[in-house]
Amino acid sequence: MKKTNLLLATLAATLFASTAFADVAVKLGVLNDRSGVYSDITGEGSVIAAQMAVEDFKPAEKGINVEIVSADHQNKPDIASNIARQWYDQDGVDVILDVPTSSTALAVSDITREKNKIFMNSGGGTSDLTGKACSPNTVHWTYDTWQLANGTGSAVVKDGGKKWFFVVADYAFGQALERDTSEVVKAAGGEVVGSVRHPFPGTDFSSFLLQAQSSGAEVIGFANAGGDTINSIKQAAEFGIVQGGQKLAGLLVFINDIKSLGLETAQGLYLSETFYWDLNDQTREWSARFEEKAGKKPNMVQAGVYASVLHYLKAVDELDSKDATQVMAKMKEMPTDDPLFGKGEIRKDGRKIHPAYLFRVKSPDQSKGEWDLYELVSTIPAEEAFRPLDQGGCSLVQ
Amino acid sequence: MIDLLGIPPQALFGQLLLGLINGAFYAILSLGLAIIFGLLNIINFAHGAQYMLGALVSWMLLNYLGINYWWALLLVPIIVGFTGVVLERVLISRLYHLDHLYGLLLTFGLALIIQGFARNYYGISGLPYTIPSQLAGGQNLGFMFLPNYRGWVVVASLAVCITTWFVIEKTKLGAYLRAATENPSLVGAFGINVPRMITLTYGFGVALAAFAGVLAAPIYSVNPNMGADLIIVVFAVVVIGGMGSILGSILTGFGLGLVEGLTRVFYPEGSAVVIFVIMALVLLVKPAGLFGRTA
Repeated sequence: MKKTNLLLATLAATLFASTAFADVAVKLGVLNDRSGVYSDITGEGSVIAAQMAVEDFKPAEKGINVEIVSADHQNKPDIASNIARQWYDQDGVDVILDVPTSSTALAVSDITREKNKIFMNSGGGTSDLTGKACSPNTVHWTYDTWQLANGTGSAVVKDGGKKWFFVVADYAFGQALERDTSEVVKAAGGEVVGSVRHPFPGTDFSSFLLQAQSSGAEVIGFANAGGDTINSIKQAAEFGIVQGGQKLAGLLVFINDIKSLGLETAQGLYLSETFYWDLNDQTREWSARFEEKAGKKPNMVQAGVYASVLHYLKAVDELDSKDATQVMAKMKEMPTDDPLFGKGEIRKDGRKIHPAYLFRVKSPDQSKGEWDLYELVSTIPAEEAFRPLDQGGCSLVQ
Repeated sequence: MIDLLGIPPQALFGQLLLGLINGAFYAILSLGLAIIFGLLNIINFAHGAQYMLGALVSWMLLNYLGINYWWALLLVPIIVGFTGVVLERVLISRLYHLDHLYGLLLTFGLALIIQGFARNYYGISGLPYTIPSQLAGGQNLGFMFLPNYRGWVVVASLAVCITTWFVIEKTKLGAYLRAATENPSLVGAFGINVPRMITLTYGFGVALAAFAGVLAAPIYSVNPNMGADLIIVVFAVVVIGGMGSILGSILTGFGLGLVEGLTRVFYPEGSAVVIFVIMALVLLVKPAGLFGRTA
């Protein structure tokens, strides 16, 4: 008995030793909402996306050992901070991925900087991550509030929607989105005729919609997210707002929200995203594989997790090292190229640059399948899609 | 046109009507809670989850079996009410001799489990459920556009509330029920099966929650948390009305819907808080609630 144990121990030791010497071992941590309001948008789907990136990169052939761990941050900054510290200090995690909810994203960004690790955000929205609160250790991959405001706001004004009324979730995210979009609307020659702030989260939006309906606005912009947006749009359809000639603009809408609303209710809605599964052959191929594993089509956040893992592994492979400072420099130096977002770059401030798209939700007649939901209205080129480098107030830019 | 505090009267009428509609949901949910508390002395924290089940089961009936809204209105309360009966027999009936706190913890735990299952299988984003074609569209009332469906919600819930109140307060069956809560052993001595009556009462309370869930499915997002978001407000309604008071819960349900509607016009940011402010004030002045009896 004793002998076998000894033998096993020696064997294990040799195995560990050989992996440690021959390869670079990296540990990726997917930190997101796995049970709450954003668990469909991020959750297990993001973990699957990260695993797919690892499979597609074939790191074993390149001498890289990749391990993926995941945890639920419940959209709470304190819980997110605790997990991030434990991952960095005790569990040997090198990169934290995803992190939806702006407040948790900002907290994780601070800790990552303090520990000199790498944070690649996909799920969070606030443009402060690459603005006032930017960090040399943070990459913001998929979207941000500036891009949403710019994408949807200016496009809708160009399309003839000059007078706006905002229905705003009464907390930091909603107010920031309202502020950013108002600026964009005014700059494009539009006008804001009013706004109403509703408690977060809300259930019944009919009062606010009635105020929007009688405001004389041409466009009603929803500066809220998730269940609030779904309920707002569902009830707007009920009150005949679109039939009455007013347009709806969702400022942060994911494909999962549209699926939940159904086309009958959501048709005609304008929205801006940086990824859609049906953009080209590459996105379709990848999304089909994702659907096989996850049982649903991917959204832009999950696509962003895939693409950021791929880019990170490329940098590690180039360097043959996982030193955070070197990898960050390499990731910013190498142009990005992946099947989902195409060619792009990571700017000095950590902002990942790629095109954004303005979509209109199809009518039930136009849709040919369960997930055939969007019609592409226009493409916003990469250089215009995100806030110009010199306007964010990021200290890394000077 | 005379404006009232800067709001044209037309807009005000519209908002009052909307308040009444929301009040209909509060009334029907708080009624179920009040019945269960009044007759069983159980604080049913699973009420929100049972309301969600009502909406979810209607969606299932439509998508798996092709059963439409009208049948759902009848079948869903029966199905979900039956799960309530099972729950009462298997678990809740064991707690009657214990402190309220045990019932509260048990039902709260059940709510978490039900919501967890729903989230696991159907995700959090919610499921689409369209308004039945007979009730689509709306009426232009001059001062506002009233969707037909909202009108139906008020009518249906008023009818259910009044019938329930009538049965409990004015019929022989109701008298048995009320007597059984006062003194179960004495009522049992008259040959009435008290435990069965209590089981069915719980089932009925749950069926009311499910009925509200069916009413809500076409206008609110059908998702696992829809009940959790609402239930806290409904508890406040019950406390204001007086725990266990049938009439109190109906009247406060509609009344607070109106108050909330007005708050949404004058100070929208405060509309989530106003009910709790009223609750605090009422508890200061009348600790047993507006319609409650002090023990």
